[in-house]
Amino acid sequence: MHRYANPSRVMRLSRLLVPWLGAATAVLIAAGVYLALVASPADYQQGESVRIMYVHVPAAWMAMFCYAVLAGASAVGLIWKHPVAELAAKATAPIGASFTFLALLTGSLWGKPMWGTWWVWDARLTSVLILFFLYLGYMALHSAFDDPARGARAAAIMALVGFVNVPIIKFSVDWWYTLHQPASVFRLGGPTIDASMLWPLGLMAAGFTTYYLYVVLLRLRAEIVAGKIRALRLRQVHG
Amino acid sequence: METGSLSIFLAMGGYAAYVWPAFAATAVVLIGLLVISVRDVRCREADLLRLRAEMREDRREPTGEA
Repeated sequence: MHRYANPSRVMRLSRLLVPWLGAATAVLIAAGVYLALVASPADYQQGESVRIMYVHVPAAWMAMFCYAVLAGASAVGLIWKHPVAELAAKATAPIGASFTFLALLTGSLWGKPMWGTWWVWDARLTSVLILFFLYLGYMALHSAFDDPARGARAAAIMALVGFVNVPIIKFSVDWWYTLHQPASVFRLGGPTIDASMLWPLGLMAAGFTTYYLYVVLLRLRAEIVAGKIRALRLRQVHG
Repeated sequence: METGSLSIFLAMGGYAAYVWPAFAATAVVLIGLLVISVRDVRCREADLLRLRAEMREDRREPTGEA
């Protein structure tokens, strides 16, 4: 792990991987959107509205995946003072917030025609809304201190405490009576949806994952460069 | 694609008002975040180069006079 503690190694890795990740993202999402909108069947109950699933479900998976990365990287940053882990957590937060926002928005657009309402305060929807606020709180706390190291520490502690929300989101549909349906892909006994719908879902999820890696490496590079600029300015001021 | 089948496709079985905004919002948010991130990297890398050039000049000046 300490092989990756070196920021210049991360910069090199980022330069090498970013073009490939960008290309993979474009191909996966293009194929996923084609299957999602054109080549997959309408649902026998939900009709064409089921196509919203192909952006809603991967966005919701990524919302939780990004939070797990945020909390994991924050823990590594707190315990081992690992500089790249701290920056990776900071770089992940806006991406996770974007996916969470999209999960909420597309869920609302799906809920209106299927449930007859844009929003209900059931356990799944409420816990995802809390996830969104956790991301916003993390970003606000990070920039609330003059000393960036103190901001990073406070935000990392908040990210760890907030991690308790992730299993609550996952199991909310089993623990409480919710309007939101239970899991149909990641469940004991395997997926219950047909291959013709599983394929576009899988391609979109893969595309969103490479998108995350693509954008997080770009943002990580921006953070490392910003750190170098800060260090040089300090040296300039103090002679 | 015929105009007939295109308009059927666009109508999304009556759910056009929900399906298209969901896909459009996803595109706008993901592309927007990507554009912001790329611009950030470019700006900061340019700043770093400028700062390094400045500091090199500062160091040269006194030796040039001596």
